[in-house]
Amino acid sequence: MKPKSVAVVGAAETTRMGKIPDQSVIALHADAALNAMADAGLKPSDIDGVATAGISPVELAHYLGIKPTYADGTSVGGCSFMLHVRHAAAAINAGLAKTILITHGESGRSRVGAGGFGRSPSSLMGQFEMPYGVTTPPTMFTVPVLRYLKTYGLSEEDLAWVAVIQREWAAKNPRASMKDPITVDDVLNSPMIAWPFRLLMCCLVTDGGGALILTSADRAKDFPRKPVYVLGTGESVETPMVSQMYDFTSSTAFKISGKKAFETAGISHADVDHLMIYDAFAHLPLYGLEDLGFCKPGEAAAFIRERNTAIGGKLPLNTNGGGLSYMHSGMYGMYALQESVRQMRGIAPAQVPDAKISVCHGVGGMFAASGTIIFSNEAP
Amino acid sequence: MPPRMLPEPTPETRHFWDGCREGELRLQRCVACTESYFPPRPFCPKCGNREVEVYKASGQGVLWSYVINHRPRPDMGTEPYAIAVVKLAEGPTMMTNIVDCPQTPEALQLDMPLKVSFSKQTDDITLPLFAPAQG
Repeated sequence: MKPKSVAVVGAAETTRMGKIPDQSVIALHADAALNAMADAGLKPSDIDGVATAGISPVELAHYLGIKPTYADGTSVGGCSFMLHVRHAAAAINAGLAKTILITHGESGRSRVGAGGFGRSPSSLMGQFEMPYGVTTPPTMFTVPVLRYLKTYGLSEEDLAWVAVIQREWAAKNPRASMKDPITVDDVLNSPMIAWPFRLLMCCLVTDGGGALILTSADRAKDFPRKPVYVLGTGESVETPMVSQMYDFTSSTAFKISGKKAFETAGISHADVDHLMIYDAFAHLPLYGLEDLGFCKPGEAAAFIRERNTAIGGKLPLNTNGGGLSYMHSGMYGMYALQESVRQMRGIAPAQVPDAKISVCHGVGGMFAASGTIIFSNEAP
Repeated sequence: MPPRMLPEPTPETRHFWDGCREGELRLQRCVACTESYFPPRPFCPKCGNREVEVYKASGQGVLWSYVINHRPRPDMGTEPYAIAVVKLAEGPTMMTNIVDCPQTPEALQLDMPLKVSFSKQTDDITLPLFAPAQG
């Protein structure tokens, strides 16, 4: 074991998932946190570091009665939790804290105690994107995609296949919001949201949360659960405005984050048994597979259509059903991390047999940010 | 219909919005490396040089990508509209709307030539929209 490795020793989602009209945002954070502490056999007084996004780490710490020596409020969208894991690993190694709690909670559907989604008209986005009628993510995250499709000779059918195959995974997950099988025709006939995106190519909007607890690998063996080790990490940020992406066919932030994670883990793509790619919309797994280096540019759609990422395929992807079918509260990255941890613990509803290495890749904002965590159930 | 969401210029972007009001699409470029860039800022994002100049761009470009929003924002009316990105002849990309053109996938072909079409909103703010360029 490398002397400075770090492990997940507690992991849990909120008790309920989907539609939770009787709990506010801060209560969802706390519910997930208490579940993760129970999972790790810890009390709030055992936690000396906190990290969260959406709410302030100050709110989180005080609500739970934690008096931390470390606080991280990095907030770059849905992949913030990947960045929290990365920063927590560095903090534990530097002695800033011993046991760090990372939480997420969001009342995405019920909007209980939730903030707004506004941009100042004097911000760059307020000046150079909002005047043209963008609304919520379906009209922003999707803007580069027609260029991607034209560049590689693809069509909306290729987007539909992503949703179809992820629904197959969701069917195996009792907690998934959407479990009924769908076909490519179902996707292409679902209501138009923002051409070329139809309803079933867009993520769900649900309530829920999750929490992780990390500590040093040498302490991790004394916890009740089998440790899940952090092998490698990466992060990057690109642009607050989707119209200013460096390349509409590729995420520069994905490439930088993924490369760093693979380098620090010291693994190759062939070593990966399980993969999560944050799928707020159906194009994200395509960009992710290519920008992480699993597929060559333009080849991810065929890779998915040929069932390589499906049940029984060589690279199981988004095995919880993803943001498209499992759940999506707004900042989905925490749920991708939870599924990677479940797969490494061997307790996922759609468990990948003998999986030893899981790559968990997140996006924040509209291609604004990225974080990548590589986990293993074997000590590094 | 509520009034359209409009930009509030800052000191660093004022020249751009003044230009639109006066019928000019203004970009900036670096005096040292000649890189044209957008959105406005008082230094070159490629080399960090603070010596930059504002110039009148050609107003020409091509349709780079878009979506057609079928759930219109209340201030944008009731019909689906394209949220488009134009790739300017000078290099930068810019979000915009396409005018004088049906808002359909058939009419909106990627790489079609576009030219700027200024749309006055208030005494201060004019938006740079784009229309199909006449052959």
